[in-house]
Formats: sequence, C-alpha cells, structure tokens
Amino acid sequence: MKRRNFVQLAGMGAGAMLLPVSPFARTVDAQHLLAPGMDVLEKKRLANVALNAAKSSGASYADIRIGRYLNQFVVTREDKVQNIVNTESFGVGIRVIADGTWGFASTSDVTEDGIAKAAKQAAAIAKANAKVQKEPVQMVPVASYGDVSYQTPIVKNAFEVPVKDKVDLLLKANAAAMDKGASYVNSIMFLVNEQKYFASTEGSYIDQDIHRTWPTFNVTVIDKESGQFKQRGAFSAPVGMGYEYLDARPEDQIVAPGDVMLYNKSYDIVEDAAMAAEQVKQILSAKSVEPGKYDLVLEPSHLWLTIHESVGHPLELDRVLGYEANYAGTSFATLDKWESKDFNFGSDQVNLFADKTQVGSLGAVAYDDEGVKTKQWDLVKDGILVNYQAIRDQAHILGEKESHGCCYADSWSSVQFQRMANVSLAPGKEQLTPEQMISGVEKGVYIVKDGSYSIDQQRYNFQFGGELFFEIKDGKIAGMLKDVAYQSNTQEFWNSCVQVCDERDYRLNGSFFDGKGQPGQSSAVSHGSSTARFNGVNVINTARSIG
Amino acid sequence: MAIFSKDEAKTILQKVISLSKADACEANLNGSNGGNIRYARNTVSTAGENSDVTLVVQSSFGKKSGTATVNEFDDASLEKAVRRSEELAQLAPENPEFMEPLGPQEYGESKTYSEATANIDPEYRAQTAANSIKPAAEKDVTAAGFLEDSHNFAAMHNSKGLFAYNQSTNVDFTVTMRTNDGTGSGWVTRDFNDVSKLDTAEASKIAIDKALMSRNAKAIEPGKYTVILEPAASIGLLQNMFFNMGARQADEGRSFLSKKGGGTKLGEQIVDERVNIYTDPFHPDVPASPWTQGGQARKKMDILKNGVVSNMFYDRYWASQKDVDPVPFPGNGIMEGGDASLEDLIKDTRRGILVTRFWYIRTVDPQTLLYTGLTRDGTFYIENGRIAYPIKNFRFNESPIIMLNNLETLGQQVRVNGNLIPYMKIRDFTFTSLSDAV
Repeated sequence: MKRRNFVQLAGMGAGAMLLPVSPFARTVDAQHLLAPGMDVLEKKRLANVALNAAKSSGASYADIRIGRYLNQFVVTREDKVQNIVNTESFGVGIRVIADGTWGFASTSDVTEDGIAKAAKQAAAIAKANAKVQKEPVQMVPVASYGDVSYQTPIVKNAFEVPVKDKVDLLLKANAAAMDKGASYVNSIMFLVNEQKYFASTEGSYIDQDIHRTWPTFNVTVIDKESGQFKQRGAFSAPVGMGYEYLDARPEDQIVAPGDVMLYNKSYDIVEDAAMAAEQVKQILSAKSVEPGKYDLVLEPSHLWLTIHESVGHPLELDRVLGYEANYAGTSFATLDKWESKDFNFGSDQVNLFADKTQVGSLGAVAYDDEGVKTKQWDLVKDGILVNYQAIRDQAHILGEKESHGCCYADSWSSVQFQRMANVSLAPGKEQLTPEQMISGVEKGVYIVKDGSYSIDQQRYNFQFGGELFFEIKDGKIAGMLKDVAYQSNTQEFWNSCVQVCDERDYRLNGSFFDGKGQPGQSSAVSHGSSTARFNGVNVINTARSIG
Repeated sequence: MAIFSKDEAKTILQKVISLSKADACEANLNGSNGGNIRYARNTVSTAGENSDVTLVVQSSFGKKSGTATVNEFDDASLEKAVRRSEELAQLAPENPEFMEPLGPQEYGESKTYSEATANIDPEYRAQTAANSIKPAAEKDVTAAGFLEDSHNFAAMHNSKGLFAYNQSTNVDFTVTMRTNDGTGSGWVTRDFNDVSKLDTAEASKIAIDKALMSRNAKAIEPGKYTVILEPAASIGLLQNMFFNMGARQADEGRSFLSKKGGGTKLGEQIVDERVNIYTDPFHPDVPASPWTQGGQARKKMDILKNGVVSNMFYDRYWASQKDVDPVPFPGNGIMEGGDASLEDLIKDTRRGILVTRFWYIRTVDPQTLLYTGLTRDGTFYIENGRIAYPIKNFRFNESPIIMLNNLETLGQQVRVNGNLIPYMKIRDFTFTSLSDAV
C-alpha cells in the first residue's frame, strides 16, 4: 500500500484523492510564490558553467534546465477549508551526450560548484552507460536561437490573487451545490507556474514562464431511500491560462443539447456546481441503459479523453519503438503501418493533428525542453496515418530533418523525454451543429464530459464512461440514462466516425496530470474537438449488485 | 549523506521543539538515498541516483496551523523555520478538523531495514540489466525493465513529547519480455525490503518463458470464466478495495461499505467466509513502518475476518467525532492462503484461465466497487488440469467484492507490492470483450 510522493486527501470522490507533489518540492507561503526567481543573466552565467564543465568532461552535447516550479493547491469541502498547499522546487538538470550515450544528473545546489559537479556526474554516467549502449544517439539539427523568452499569455497571474478570494469562490460554489440538494461537495483549485531556463551547446538560451490553472469539484447526492449515491465532476477544463479562466464571462457559456450548460474560454464554477447537484438528482432517477449498439454523439468535453488515450498515446514514437514496453506499453500503430501510407486509422472524416502552440492549451510553449521551437503537424490526414510525435533523438527514424518539439520534463530533477503534444480532432468542413447532428440519429447516446477510462497496452481495446448520458430516439433527446460505458477498438472506432461538427463547436479540454515513464513523470496536455458522431458502437450496462 | 542516525535526528528535532513558542509544534525529518536503472530494446536507457533530506516544522495556535520546510540544519536555519511556521500559523484560517499532536506512543521493533539493500550500487543495477538482456537476446526476445532501490529514514518529534524514528529499505523490480516477432509478451514483478531475497536472473527467466509460451494466442469468446489469478493480478483489485475502506466515506453514505437507509457494513459478512485479510507491520516477509506519518502506532489488526468486515480506517478527527479509537491506514495487507501451489491449482482445474496480471484498472462504479481493466503479458487457457494454449487478452468488468464471493480455492502466498497475497481460483469472473494487444 505504497503512496509515494502523494499527499492524500480523503473525501474527493468516493475514494481518496491523491495530490501529486514532487519529492523535491518545499512548502512555502503564498507570498513566496510571487517572489522573483533568479535573474536571467545569472542563469545564463551558471548555464555556461554547466555547458563548459560538460564539454571539458568529454561531452559532445550538453543542455541545462534551471527550473523553478511553483504550485498552489486550495482544497475545500462543503463549508470548510481542508488544505492550502504552496510548494516551490528549484534546481538544475543537466543532460549530456558522451561516447554516443545519454547521461543525466540533477542538483538543488544551484551554485557554480554544484552545477559543475552535476555536469561532470552526467558525463560520467553517460560514459558508464556507453559500455552497454548498442544504439548511439543520433540527433536531428536544431537552430541556434540565441537569447529568447516566452510567457503564457495570461491576463491575471493566479498567484497574485489572494488565497482568501480563491477560498471564498470555492466555498461559494460548494454552498451553491448544497443549496440545490448536494449531500457532499469537494472542490479544489490547482495552480501551476513553471519558470524554466534552458541552454544548450547548440547556442540557445531560452527563458520561459508557463502558467496552468484547473478549478474542479465533485458533487455527491445520496438517495437515502435506496442507499444509492451518484456523483458528477466539474465541467471546467484544465487550461494554459491565468486566473482569468474563472471570470465567468457570459459570452463563454454554451447551451448544449439536453439543456446542458457548458463553458468555453472562461468558467462559472458557482453556476456549474449548482447545476451539478440538480443533474446528479436526475441521474439517480434516470433509466438504466439497455446494452447494445448505439450511434454515439460525443461532446468535446468527453471526446478529448478518447483522443488522448486512443490517438495521443499510440502515436508517441518512443512507445512505438518499445522504450515504454515495461510500463505504459507499446503501440498498435507500428512503423510498417505508417510506411505503407495507406493505413486507415479512421474514416475520411478524421483529421488529427498535434500541436504545441494553441493559445490556452496546457501544452503550449514556444520551445520544448530540449530547445526546439514548437509547431503544429498532422498525425492522421483524411483518415490515413501520416506521422508520430518525435523528439530530437527520434526524428531521424522518420526521415525528418527537425524535431517535432514535444520534449518535456516535469521537474529540473527529471530527465526530459518525449511527451504528448496537444493532439486534437480537426473540426468538420461542412456547417453542422450538435443539434443538427442529433436530429439525424435514430438510436443513440449523447455523452457529455469524461468519466471512467481504460485502454490496453497497445491501445486497441478501450472502455469509456462519462458524466451525463442522454438517450437519442428518432433524432431527439429522450431523457437521461445511467450505467453507460462504451467499448471499442481504436481503428474500428475512428473508422465509425461519420460526422464532425464545424469549428464553431471546437473546444479544448485536457489532462492536468498525465503519467508516463519510470520513475513516473506527470505532464499536462490539451485535446480539442468539435462534437462528433460514431456509428454502431457497443454500449454496456455497468450496474451491479454487491448485496 | 541523507540518512541521519536516530541520535542525529533526535538532536535536530529536540532543538526545533525547544525553539517553539506556539501552542503546539511538530517536526518531521525525512531523508532518502535512491537509485534506479531503466532498460528497453535490450539496452540501458536511463540510470540515476538521488538523495534528499527535508525538515518540515508545523506550528499551531489553537486550530490554526502553519508549515515551513528547510533542508539546512544549523541553529540559525532551524530557528528561521520555526519562526516562519509560527508566522504562517497566525495568518492561517482555522481548521475545524485540527487535532492536537499525539503524546508519546509505544512502537514495536521495526523490521524494515536491510543493509544489503542500502548498499546497492551502480554495478548491482547494471548487473540487473545484464541479467535480463543477455538471456533475452539468446532467445530472440527483447527486454524492457526497471529496478528502483531506496534507503529512507523518517523521524518525528512534537511538543507533547512524542518521538519516533524508523529506517527502511526497498527494492522494486519489473521486467517485460517481448518476443521479437511481436506475438508474445511476459512480465514479472518482485519487491523486497531485503535485496538478498531478489534474484533478477530467475525473475527474468520466468518473464522470458511466459513471453515464449504466450506466442500466437487464440481468441476465445468473452464471458464468465473460472480464473486462476496470480497475486500480481488480484493485487490491483484488492488494493482498490483497501483504499475504499475509510470509515468516514462509509458513514457519509458514499462507499461500498455504506448501507441502505444509513449505517455501515462493519461487522457484516461481505465476502466468502474463507477470506481473511489482516495487517501486520512486523511480519518478516512484508515489514512496514511501526508508525504512521502522524505518529500513530501500527499494530497487527484484522481487516476482513471470516469474510466479515472487522475494521474500517478512522483518522483521528473522524474517530473523535464517532467516539471510537482511531484506526490508521495499514502499512501492508496480508491475505491468508492455502497450501496449493500454482501447479496444484492448475492441475485441479478442468476449464479455466490463468491470468498473469491486470492492467489499467479504473473505477467504473464506486458504489459497487466495479472496476474495468485488461489482462496482460501472459493469459493462458487451462484444460483438463494443464495449460492448453495462450489466449488473447480480455477486458474485465468486475468488483473485488463479487470476486471474493466467488472464491473457489486459495493457494500459496506471494509478496507483491509490499503485501502478501495468495494465488486464487475464482469462478464466474466477468470478461466483457477481447483485446488484440500483445
């Protein structure tokens, strides 16, 4: 029963909620989160110390990341503050190639001596590992960018907002849910700021200031008579934005089919919490789904997770090559399928692209963690598999001349490796609204927001739940359903995609804590789509009795 | 050096407490030395070492608390941390669930430290990789594995006079072996406090054998099957059950242990009467820390006895609300087994499925503890008392409660992920679809 590197919080959802905290993070006070980090000129001076030390130790390439990682988590339930966690983690990670092999070392001793020592240690590790290395590292070229910087285009730095305001907002949302009949409500605000400085022997000195925000909750309603309880999570999205995401601008509200209120670029947590309580009451008395084949109409707040699991992960080149075989697994999307240039990943409606630049997305940066300028590229074009996600030491395998720019490390103390870019389904080219889409469905289920999820280690077979399920009968919403999950096979599923709504319906959602690697690392990634229709998908009923 | 002796830790912590001006003060000092090696494609991919030591000081005035962290231990740094935590406590909102620090406790003698594990060096890790890669390459198999070792200490002291100290070591090893034609995959997991019990060559051979045996699997129809679950398979479902045995959740009506109309299933039989699960931090095969993070003593204690819920877990606040003794979350889970070896269980099975492990287990319904996930890395059809052929992987939708009600036979225990779990034969295990994954 090991729960390493997690802070346990009882009460979030039915089980326990675990907050991921870096083992090197220190708790600090909220004010400290606003203290300026190290001056950029000093970072450059120290970076050069590392690069020189690495080179004089025999490294043919070296990079250094000087990282300051700040987190604030505000945790409440009903009318109580349970926890306020402020953490700071500061240190450097140095990666080198020596004798054709990678070596990595990190230290929290951010001094000339500490950094030089770590650089030498990285070179020594590389040389030691070179003895068993069978595939010398090959890097595609990267431009030398000189001194450059980037900041997430935030309007309000979340750390400048007093903690009291955040607590008050969460407690107001909790009260709104309780007023509407919730039995319990847990809410939490995750705020993250990565201040990272990158330099490499390629001649780039990159200073980036990245912000992410995620307000979320879980509302429980218990039906005393039947003893049944149901829950619903928040309809917020984790975003690459500042505190302006909580501005609740009326123009960002969307009324979706089934009179469901959804949100685009800003979020009304109080309104959503109240609606959640109302909807959970409806779920309790909803009809249990009849298992069978249905046409699924999947809302962007739901479809993002299916994209993440069935498209994002299998198209990571390191998985395809076997580097993740012992943990996350490999991939069905093998190189021969890509080389054939005619592998039908999906129907001709399906265009999937990777992107590290989308404004407001969790993955947006100007340069990745190995100093490559970020971009957008196609993965599946008109249904055909055309590319993967690859970094500098993999791109040559695809015959490409430059990296895709999707290298990431979750801390200065972690070694950077290939991580998922934002992977999204392109909107349909024809004008089509979700209402029009539903009007063409005879027997279907409309699913809002992600729920339970599971997929095999090569990303063939998956099962997804959701938060809200509506029965579609003869082109109309015919009431709420419960106990719904769908099972399919990735290729079969994407080939059953017959329609995608147009760009007016396109929205991002995403994962704030996506795990990969050994030792495990977390990353944040967004996925966009418009509502899409998938025909004849197998729906199961998940109701059971345990006495 | 990140490992402080008991005396060194005590000296630092006593200084911290003596500096305190708060109503209550509690200090935790933790340190670790760790290392790892990762390999894939029959070559080493990453290797590293890390060490860290941290002091956390929590000061409280009434129900208001503040925390400060420091990693330097001279007098001035300690004083700064104490004063900072006091300032923050004065500014903090009241926590209605605040509990005063515990007074002195009595702890049993820890068995969690092994010198052999503390002495693991880069050569040992490199040899582990070689123990997998060399035999794999000889059989046209590709190895991907991970070994992680750690030596930790934890010490705490508070203004009520409680002092606790523990040293522990741990080593975790997993390896996946895949045949180079892509049709077979095997896996093995091992974990110990004492690395002298770990034989990575023997473990690697099991994974290679499974990979070779699982080539060219046949598809059989999903449905309800008798299964023999290796402990590495059942542990995922059992751990999820343990994590959901909190008393507060049950009392609040949002747990599988909540009862219709209120109340809980404490004292009620919920699974087969042959199911006995307990925790014992002093068990020689799966030792755990004698005390929890908050300083509560861990003891041997029943969780499920003859299929009856004997204990739910109460944190100190909830125990005070319910006027019961706190029951800390256990450091390990031990499920009693039987004498049957895996071979005996197979021999005794006319038709069934042998499952090596489950993968990607996620909650479907918290009320019934329904989980979904898939078999992986070695799934075999058993016919007339022997393994007949490998089969394609299945997705399951099953609850550990239903699983433990459908118990047929208990086999021998194996350590997995810090717990002792027996091989189990279960009837009517629900597989809902086929997977093409190898």
